[in-house]
Amino acid sequence: MKGEYPKIATFAVIAVALLVLAPAVLSDFRLALLGRFVCYAIVAVGIGLAWGRGGMLTLGQGVFFGLGAYVMAMHLKLADAGPTGVPDFMKLYGSGVVPGWWEPFRNPVVTVLAIVLVPALVAFGLGMAIFRRRVRGAYFAILSQALAAAFAILLVGQQATIGGTNGLNGFRSFFGFNLFDPVNKRMLFYIAAGTLLAMLLVVWQLYRSRYGELLIAVRDQENRVRFLGYDPANVKIVAYVVAAAMAGVAGALFVPIVGIISPASVGVVPSIAFLIGVAIGGRSTLFGPALGAIAVAWAQTSLSESFPSFWIYFQGALFVLVVAFLPRGLSTAGSILNRRRETA
Amino acid sequence: MKSDYLELTDVRVTFDGFVAVDGVTMTVLQGDLRFLIGPNGAGKTTLVDAITGLVPATGSATFGRTELLNRKVHKIARLGVGRTFQTASVFEELTVLQNLDIAAGAGRGPLTMLRKRSSTPPEVESALEVIGLADLRDQQAGVLAHGQKQWLEIGMLLVQDSKVLLLDEPVAGMSAEERQQTGELLQRIGENCTVIVVEHDMDFMRSFATSVTVLHAGKVLSEGTVAQVQADPKVQEVYLGRTEVKA
Repeated sequence: MKGEYPKIATFAVIAVALLVLAPAVLSDFRLALLGRFVCYAIVAVGIGLAWGRGGMLTLGQGVFFGLGAYVMAMHLKLADAGPTGVPDFMKLYGSGVVPGWWEPFRNPVVTVLAIVLVPALVAFGLGMAIFRRRVRGAYFAILSQALAAAFAILLVGQQATIGGTNGLNGFRSFFGFNLFDPVNKRMLFYIAAGTLLAMLLVVWQLYRSRYGELLIAVRDQENRVRFLGYDPANVKIVAYVVAAAMAGVAGALFVPIVGIISPASVGVVPSIAFLIGVAIGGRSTLFGPALGAIAVAWAQTSLSESFPSFWIYFQGALFVLVVAFLPRGLSTAGSILNRRRETA
Repeated sequence: MKSDYLELTDVRVTFDGFVAVDGVTMTVLQGDLRFLIGPNGAGKTTLVDAITGLVPATGSATFGRTELLNRKVHKIARLGVGRTFQTASVFEELTVLQNLDIAAGAGRGPLTMLRKRSSTPPEVESALEVIGLADLRDQQAGVLAHGQKQWLEIGMLLVQDSKVLLLDEPVAGMSAEERQQTGELLQRIGENCTVIVVEHDMDFMRSFATSVTVLHAGKVLSEGTVAQVQADPKVQEVYLGRTEVKA
């Protein structure tokens, strides 16, 4: 077996880059931008687990991202409104009364638990329905994308209770910390970066565990696994639920960092955008999805600043090139070059 | 009298009106190396599919008094029924050791699953020796030779602790030497298991079968020792061909 030292070294480099280097050299504006990309990277880590290792092409992670984000946003709106207050938009568009299903999210502990549990439970229910019926491949991908579309449409329709197209925005504080204070904005970046590192450790352990080996077996030969006495549906559900929980946490961190969550951030287009970085970075590798997600988002921002109307073509071209020449992502370029050298 | 045996009673499989297996009744004892032969389309593989839960069937198939038919595939596997496939289907991206470890692990709890494998389980170690792949344990299964993949599949059945082994053409595409090794391996395994081998290779059958069942058009045509079956005129007519058997 290959040693784990290269992975430990890579992890250390990522940790130093995020926790030391980035805060030292980046302006507050750029750091907040990177914080947003880190949120995408957390979603990407989960997609790497479900798609790269589990073979489930999750085109609808926006649903779980959105669930986590809206739970957080609801709590922030309620906290801003005060102990018995009503969020501002409800007074404008709604009845001026806080709906009963909002009330639990006044409690910060309930909120934090719900950020993880709501996406996880929804994913568990979906997984039981989908994987037990042996829906997979393109059918699963289409189904998950349709869910993202339906979820966004559902949100748009709820103007009075969750802000409709406008979404939820205008947050002033985050668990008692003033969100206009630059120090607290930096703190949010550290929380996001620390969460990303923790999620990487979680999938690292999953990948090196027996479960990780079994997940690859299910991905490559689902039917063969049945004859060994496993129910592949259970194996897939675990990866799907973990990926959903990660997306939920990412959504919850996204809200205070970006300051708004709306249906535009959870529908079909963002769900596909989550995937691009994962594919380019290397979906079945440990660090590829996270690094790919950050790199693609960063490139997108820089290019759109320099070439406002062209950047989307660059992104498309990059995607086509990687899929054509490095179908398993940029992270695999090194090992392919090594193999070339050995055979040459 | 050995206690555990596989008993099939009037097993029937129908696909859209086509009767693939038409009331097969047979008993295979522990320690028996039973060969299942018959012309193409006789229903051999379908019978194996029915016992392992891949296709729905009527009738009864019991092992140790437990009914196997129409349970879920993974539940049947956990009852101790294992099988291989005509085309070797190992997990090509995983190593030989990982393949065997997964096969050995269906009963593992969540905590064991979420940890890294710290040592090789003893049953995996002994299976590596039995199938002769101990030196290739860290090799990716995808780069193994065809025969080695089939042995790995058999090794997976062993660590799975299967009591009933259903092997679908295990020596197809093997060299003469590999066939010999595989046959000897099956004989050793067969002492403690109930083994059914679906096979087209008549030489291989003559060398290693302890008993033979001939299927034809979904029905049992003949059953007995190799000599008895070969002497059966019905078998000679539909399958083996008179001249070939006399020669």
